[in-house]
Amino acid sequence: MATGVAVTAKLSSEHDHDHEHQAVPSDFALRVKALESLLVEKGLVDPAALDALIDTYEHKVGPHNGARVVARAWVDPAYKRRLLADGTNAITEFGYGGQQGEHMVVVENAPKVHNLVVCTLCSCYPWSVLGLPPVWYKSAPYRSRAVIDPRGVLREFGLELPKDVEVRVWDSTAELRYLVLPERPAGSENLTEDELAALVTRDAMVGVAKVALPRSES
Amino acid sequence: MNGIHDMGGMQDMGPVRWEKNEPVFHTPWEGRSFALRLAAGAWRKWNIDASRHQMELIAPADYLRMSYYERWIEGLTELLVKTGLVTREEMDSGKPAPGSPKATPPLTADKVPAVLRAGRPASRDVAVAPRFKAGQRVRARNIHPTGHTRLPRYARGKFGTIHLDHGVYVFPDSNAHFLGEKPQHVYSVRFTARELWGEQAPPHDSVYVDMWDDYLEPA
Repeated sequence: MATGVAVTAKLSSEHDHDHEHQAVPSDFALRVKALESLLVEKGLVDPAALDALIDTYEHKVGPHNGARVVARAWVDPAYKRRLLADGTNAITEFGYGGQQGEHMVVVENAPKVHNLVVCTLCSCYPWSVLGLPPVWYKSAPYRSRAVIDPRGVLREFGLELPKDVEVRVWDSTAELRYLVLPERPAGSENLTEDELAALVTRDAMVGVAKVALPRSES
Repeated sequence: MNGIHDMGGMQDMGPVRWEKNEPVFHTPWEGRSFALRLAAGAWRKWNIDASRHQMELIAPADYLRMSYYERWIEGLTELLVKTGLVTREEMDSGKPAPGSPKATPPLTADKVPAVLRAGRPASRDVAVAPRFKAGQRVRARNIHPTGHTRLPRYARGKFGTIHLDHGVYVFPDSNAHFLGEKPQHVYSVRFTARELWGEQAPPHDSVYVDMWDDYLEPA
């Protein structure tokens, strides 16, 4: 349908540093449609593969994966030891791995230690256990300030850490991907592994939140 | 390259905007962009380092203005042309060149689960001696490569301690430019917040940065 529409917008980039005369294309939707149409016509991509990729990250892979890993670590000390010693292999026990989860490191929060994950250089994120990253994680405010002012960033998330808590920031500069093992909330002793998994949020596994019990049960 | 992408330690970029019940993709075209880049990447004409570098080459003002998936599409468009999968003329017209043969896509829907499950490990099973060991004091080199690098500016010249050795991985500074994988050890290096940001930083906080052998020198 979009065949014949130019894919290249006259915007950028490394060829021409005359920024004043550049404009962000008004309609990326049109541009992407044109690109897909061209690549399909040339036989470079299969549209059904695109559908399958989108479906995977919209419906199959997401923070519920990581939540199961965390809940298991909370109830099974042997699993927790394996997870902290070799995150990649321990996470594979659930069948999670592969794309952007090839090399996993799990870092553990404790009463006096709080971990926070960032990628200052781009937006590296452990897709296999958390799915695709939210906009804030990829944004300039988070990427720039997480390393220089992690406590200030956490405050914006509503998390005020006492002075005697050590903050460890993990900048994902290589192909290692980081998952925070949050503290198990007090009062959750009687919950099952599945109930625990339901409490674990994406934010807690990035390190910008703690895991809390639902208000009604606390 | 000392580009805008290397933003660790910058200030005044505004508040972090958290979105309630954020969808995976905000518009259908974001999803198509995401999938297009993965599917086109299956031709293996480029690698993840080249792909990251292509986005770093977006002019700074554009880089800051553009959304994540806009940068993906901008980077993908350039990669497709640079690697010859699509010609500039085809991009401009939106049509395949007359008489050009139709290819067969390497990634079909049935292969998606297996390809995602396999991923693309960056570790290499080659015997390379580590230059450093856990507990050792090191200094991040004060270098300013004009090409791709994963050595963030805020750590350059700073003293740290090897926390652990992750093993041997592809070196992005050469791989991004198709100059070979140059596999070498990657370490988790701990820098105290005070070493990086000065005496006003909290005394016990730290930043861990993953660094290749070539980024480090003995301290």
